[in-house]
Amino acid sequence: MSVQSPISSVNDFVVRFANVNGSGSASANELFARSILRHGVPVSPRNIFPSNIQGLPTWYEVRVTEAGHLGARGGVDMMVAMNPQTWDKDVASIEPGGYLFYDSTKPMPSSKFREDITVIGVPLTAITNSTYTDPRQRQLFKNIIYLGALCALLDMDPKLVEQLIGEQYKGKEKLLSSNVHALHLGRDWALQNLKCPIGLRVKKTDKVGDRIFLEGNSAAALGAVYGGATVCAWYPITPSSSVAEAFTSHCKKYRHDPETGKAKYAIVQGEDELASIGIVIGASWNGARAFTATSGPGISLMTEFIGLSYFAEIPAVIMNIQRAGPSTGMPTRTQQCDVIACAYASHGDTKHVLLFPEDPAEAFEFAAAAFDLAERLQTTIFLMLDLDIGMNHRLCRPLKWDDARQYDRGKVMTAEMLEEGRDFGRYLDVDGDGIPYRTYPGTHPTKGSYFTRGTSRDRYARYSEEGAVYADNMQRLVRKFETAQDMVPRPLQANAAKPTKYGVIYFGSTSPAMDEAIGILEARGHQLDRLRIRAFPFHSSVASFIADHDFVYVVEQNRDAQLRQLIVNENGIDPVRLVPILHYDGTPITARFIANAIGDHQDHLKVTPLRKAVS
Amino acid sequence: MTYIAKPKFHHPGLKKNELGYTHRDYEGKISTLCAGCGHDSITASIIEACYELSIEPHRVAKISGIGCSSKTPDYFLGNSHGFNSVHGRMPSVLTGANLANRDLIYLGVSGDGDSASIGFGQFAHSIRRGVNMTYIVENNGVYGLTKGQFSATADRGSKSKKGVTNTDNAIDLVAIALQLGATFVARSFSGDKTQLVPLIAAAIRHKGASFIDVISPCIAFNNHAGSTKSFDYVREHNDAVNRLDVLVGRDPISVDYAPGTVQVVEQHDGSRLALRKLDADYDPHDRLGAMTFLQKHAAKGQIVTGLLYVDPDAEDLHTHLDTVETPLNTLDEKALCPGSAVLDKINASLR
Ligand SMILES: Cc1ncc(C[n+]2csc(CCOP(=O)(O)OP(=O)(O)O)c2C)c(N)n1
Ligand code: SF4
Repeated sequence: MSVQSPISSVNDFVVRFANVNGSGSASANELFARSILRHGVPVSPRNIFPSNIQGLPTWYEVRVTEAGHLGARGGVDMMVAMNPQTWDKDVASIEPGGYLFYDSTKPMPSSKFREDITVIGVPLTAITNSTYTDPRQRQLFKNIIYLGALCALLDMDPKLVEQLIGEQYKGKEKLLSSNVHALHLGRDWALQNLKCPIGLRVKKTDKVGDRIFLEGNSAAALGAVYGGATVCAWYPITPSSSVAEAFTSHCKKYRHDPETGKAKYAIVQGEDELASIGIVIGASWNGARAFTATSGPGISLMTEFIGLSYFAEIPAVIMNIQRAGPSTGMPTRTQQCDVIACAYASHGDTKHVLLFPEDPAEAFEFAAAAFDLAERLQTTIFLMLDLDIGMNHRLCRPLKWDDARQYDRGKVMTAEMLEEGRDFGRYLDVDGDGIPYRTYPGTHPTKGSYFTRGTSRDRYARYSEEGAVYADNMQRLVRKFETAQDMVPRPLQANAAKPTKYGVIYFGSTSPAMDEAIGILEARGHQLDRLRIRAFPFHSSVASFIADHDFVYVVEQNRDAQLRQLIVNENGIDPVRLVPILHYDGTPITARFIANAIGDHQDHLKVTPLRKAVS
Repeated sequence: MTYIAKPKFHHPGLKKNELGYTHRDYEGKISTLCAGCGHDSITASIIEACYELSIEPHRVAKISGIGCSSKTPDYFLGNSHGFNSVHGRMPSVLTGANLANRDLIYLGVSGDGDSASIGFGQFAHSIRRGVNMTYIVENNGVYGLTKGQFSATADRGSKSKKGVTNTDNAIDLVAIALQLGATFVARSFSGDKTQLVPLIAAAIRHKGASFIDVISPCIAFNNHAGSTKSFDYVREHNDAVNRLDVLVGRDPISVDYAPGTVQVVEQHDGSRLALRKLDADYDPHDRLGAMTFLQKHAAKGQIVTGLLYVDPDAEDLHTHLDTVETPLNTLDEKALCPGSAVLDKINASLR
């Protein structure tokens, strides 16, 4: 076997923790990620967890990345192997020259190790058991002890970790000191018994800047608070439950009347998704800003109501935190697989507005914007997150709010306007943009009331099954969708350093991996212009971007190239010009994957034709 | 089908209520239901109750699902907003509407197909949440709009118009509403205006979930032979109906009888309902007593009508959620948005 020199890298490596679900490791692992951030070094952590509460394997991966690559990288430089169940697979996944950190209390046969990696044993159980008697304490502090040992091995500043623990247990002095004690137990043992530090190191720098670290679901929920949502109805489903839970806790903090202490919001855990969307539609019909959060299976259940929202023109905001489908699929794995299901949700001819945020900062902005859009367009707006953004902490730019911003409540005819004698036809296209006026229930004693229904009706909301009346209405809905094109966030284009015939389209959580892949591809000699789509309906720049390039890769995290299908379908583009790059095993897409897939395709294009080579 | 507007002619001599509104102000469009449908009588009772309560018509939101019964909100309170949502999901839409604006009066109209089958869950949950509403089920034991299939309230052993025997047990929505904690539970008969009008008025006044199950004969689909509720002579009519595919209208059934008595009501098909009106000394504050009373008389084949249970101190969903008195739909950015200074603090806490 060849002698492999240990990996040596400062501020650029991947540590993966292999734990057992329910062992309390999550907070210690997150503490590790945050500690590195406090060194000024960007991190990008990811939860890889099973659909199970206790006992099954769970992993937490921390990508330490001074260069600020926030996508998943792939590969593991150091494995903290705390789960005997997954040992073989975990050991096998370490990069050659990498490190294996394990609990050496019980001896292991040499066959269980690899020769091309550095093995670091710490008798964690022995240390823990000699210090603590209570079984729960033993379990929890073992996690902090390995964190302490890693501090020494990776040359981290223990003061920064202590500071974080201090913030976490502010006011709970006993917990604070016992955690700090455990941290030092691990650190001291490592310093005394191991060669510290190893080749992987954390060195202080200032690459984090003013960026913040939060999960997309929490950011979206905060966006709903800032965006003025007052009614939230939801039904638990992974990975979206934390949206409603975060909305609840944000509301508890920021939404109580200072004088009476009463709530300026209403949150209902529905009996199912049918009820949740029904509540949202009822509330929005009555002039409140309302939303629900769900995932693929919930969307399936909501589709009848989504059709009603579309046809009866009632605002609704649905946050869809996508997971791997179909059916229960892999409920705790990520994908971008509901693009088609949401774009055309429900029976009959329907089209819906989709927003694709790339990170928590955009999740916040788009969530707030979704309420303006829903009311402006009087239709359902989907905020399309996925598990990768929703349930993982991401570094992102600080959240911003302009205090001068006013909610766009859309076209609402008031009692005064009705008094003035304005013609109110609920489905009259007065401005030619396809968007009619609505009135809130209770507006005026004799004017402006109408009957909302999912049945066909004329411009004055009078029931009618006349073919021409129905067609007229359907045409107006198309006009409204065209109007939406210029109201939704525009695609963002970034051009390659040199002119190129090739482009790439991508969206949502693929963004950081794409940014990194561009660099790798450039190094391989491939130039690509890129376009990040941020919403459906597609802005006209999507079609012109495609027209400007010979080939455009469309990178997405689903099997059937759903975004590509949508582009082909909506823009009438020859599918041959759009090359699908698809990743759908449930793990987040990586820069390596994108660069390899596109790189191989590009290399193929570069092969000189045989005829030219011989002549 | 076209929309039929009612002529807006007000006779100067029409009686006015406290607010100066006449009956006409509480009417809606002309009904397109079959002549003689019990649902139309319920519509008339709703109009009467709202008139008597001197409600401002536009302060009512009338919400329904899908079905003949769910069409009826179009036929009353023409100046209020109506919402014909999706089949069985009226309760969630009403719940949302109520959360948005607690100041309006919410009238939910549904059918037995709508509420006891596809919407059974929503019916149950809106009641258990205590949504402040008047929930009326227009109960005819069949699916009217889809032409005569059994609903979940149809009696076991009864036969459909097509001759199929119902082998499933019936759901008694009143018994379930009582069990789920509805704070106002009543049953009535569409033709008994003397009883129904005050019940609707009381339900509207009640703060909390009011539920009224109204037995409402369907002229089109209990107009057949062979059901547990029919007589042979109907067959003659029935044949004509089927051949021509037109419905022969009947006069709506109406009854008026004294509290404490049992009245046998003959339906369009000749079937009989034994309605027992609650006695004046019945105690409607005893939920358990109400449940027992109901079951005891059901065993005798009697349908108990009247106000079965009421909790005058009931709370509603807004009380449970402790929401502000101001309707949520009127709060603006100043009231709702925590602003940039708070966001800066949030940002700082996330570093
Ligand atoms: C999802 C869905 N399924 C089925 C239907 C068809 N449908 C319309 S009305 C109705 C039954 C109505 O029965 P009921 O609520 O008893 O009202 P009635 O017509 O008897 O007054 C059904 C099944 C529908 N509109 N939507
Ligand atoms: S079919 Fe029955 S329920 Fe429907 S309108 Fe006719 S009589 Fe009424």
